[in-house]
Amino acid sequence: MRKIDLQLVTDKIKELFIDACENIPENVLNALKKAAEEEQSPLSKEVINKIVENAYLGREKHLPICQDTGVAVVYLTIGSEVYFEGDIYEAVNEGVRLAYTQGYLRKSVVRHPLDRVNTKDNTPAIVHIKMVPGDVFKIDVAPKGGGSENMSLVKMLIPADGIEGIKKLVVDTVFNAGGKPCPPLVVGVGIGGNFEKCALLAKEALFREIDDESSDPIANKLEKELLTLINNTGVGAMGFGGTKTCLAVKVNVHPCHIASLPVAINIQCHAARHKSCTL
Amino acid sequence: MKVYLNSPINPEEVKKLRIGDEVYITGVIYTGRDAAHKRLCELLDKRESLPIDVKNGVIYYVGPTPAKPGRAIGSAGPTSSYRMDPYSEQLLKEGLKVMIGKGPRSKEFKQSLPKYGAVYLSAIGGAAAQISESVKKCEVVAYEDLGAEAIHRLEVENFYAIVTYDSKGNDLFEQGIEQYKK
Ligand code: SF4
Repeated sequence: MRKIDLQLVTDKIKELFIDACENIPENVLNALKKAAEEEQSPLSKEVINKIVENAYLGREKHLPICQDTGVAVVYLTIGSEVYFEGDIYEAVNEGVRLAYTQGYLRKSVVRHPLDRVNTKDNTPAIVHIKMVPGDVFKIDVAPKGGGSENMSLVKMLIPADGIEGIKKLVVDTVFNAGGKPCPPLVVGVGIGGNFEKCALLAKEALFREIDDESSDPIANKLEKELLTLINNTGVGAMGFGGTKTCLAVKVNVHPCHIASLPVAINIQCHAARHKSCTL
Repeated sequence: MKVYLNSPINPEEVKKLRIGDEVYITGVIYTGRDAAHKRLCELLDKRESLPIDVKNGVIYYVGPTPAKPGRAIGSAGPTSSYRMDPYSEQLLKEGLKVMIGKGPRSKEFKQSLPKYGAVYLSAIGGAAAQISESVKKCEVVAYEDLGAEAIHRLEVENFYAIVTYDSKGNDLFEQGIEQYKK
């Protein structure tokens, strides 16, 4: 058994959130540059170029690339051969607290959805834990902004709706959102499981690297088809009209009930911030 | 077209703006989000005077990150504008000419602009570090208790935004998307 020091978890969470907010992943930056090259609308091209310049500025001057530094979403992948002493959730929240109060990040969390009082340190984080064999301990973090999260949805389709029903749902969702979620987007789609599982699949899809492809042949084909369909909507950067509404579509699938076809769509803006580390 | 404007704004210049124009604003602009708008409108309902002069003014919908030492403001990109729709007409009546935010707004809002010779501009959502570079000075002028949502007076230089709804009733979202839809 390998011991994991929870203080180290706290330190890493702090580092990862500050880094994620200031430093967009290289492959996302490359996807944005490619989109700027290919964009046919001069205005949307200009907008994507400015988004790229902004990303470099964030890196060079250590500034958050977006003022919405989001809700802190954390995935922990924990091997069965590691152990720790204490409260893992509290260790994560302490890291988030330090990142947001000491790292000049915006606090965007209220303690209750209806009384709406700010917690002033961006806690609590949303923590998902996945148990796996072996002695791995991996942390994935993503600050998730409100503008794009608000455009996401879960819908219980029926099997007869099939792949065409899914395509229509995804394309309509992106089109109706227009400029609100800050396109160009990454679109995470979860298909199957049940009501809550499909939402998690969609979120996990957004944690995949922007340039990876699904190993499931049906999902892989759907990712490519959806990308084309979304870019045909004409929404463009910030909704100004253009050919690059979407940088990538990620489809994650899971077995489901004979009577169901649950679908979740999680929208990610161009500030596709994601960082990870292994302890 | 690229247009350079000083703020407070000359109303005649505003009327000339057309959707898709890239605007660079220099001068004083005010920040405000939902909570501040609500308070301003409550004052107007009671026929009391406002803590800021909105006549020929510019309001920017933003809730920045805390400023790092040595910087005027933190990262300061636009927030979604539709949340301010219920309040905007009251401010337009007071002479507000330019609103800056991101994303589509209500039909009622869009249709009210020609009446007041006003425009709606978009700043680039998420380009918040870059936008902060054009802010030279920032101070709270009202509702300090609202924190990041308080009304701030910003002195800006070449603040970049794109004309999205103009005073002739044109809508960049509608026309732009129509043009590139396949
Ligand atoms: S949608 Fe994304 S890029 Fe746009 S303001 Fe929110 S977090 Fe920033």
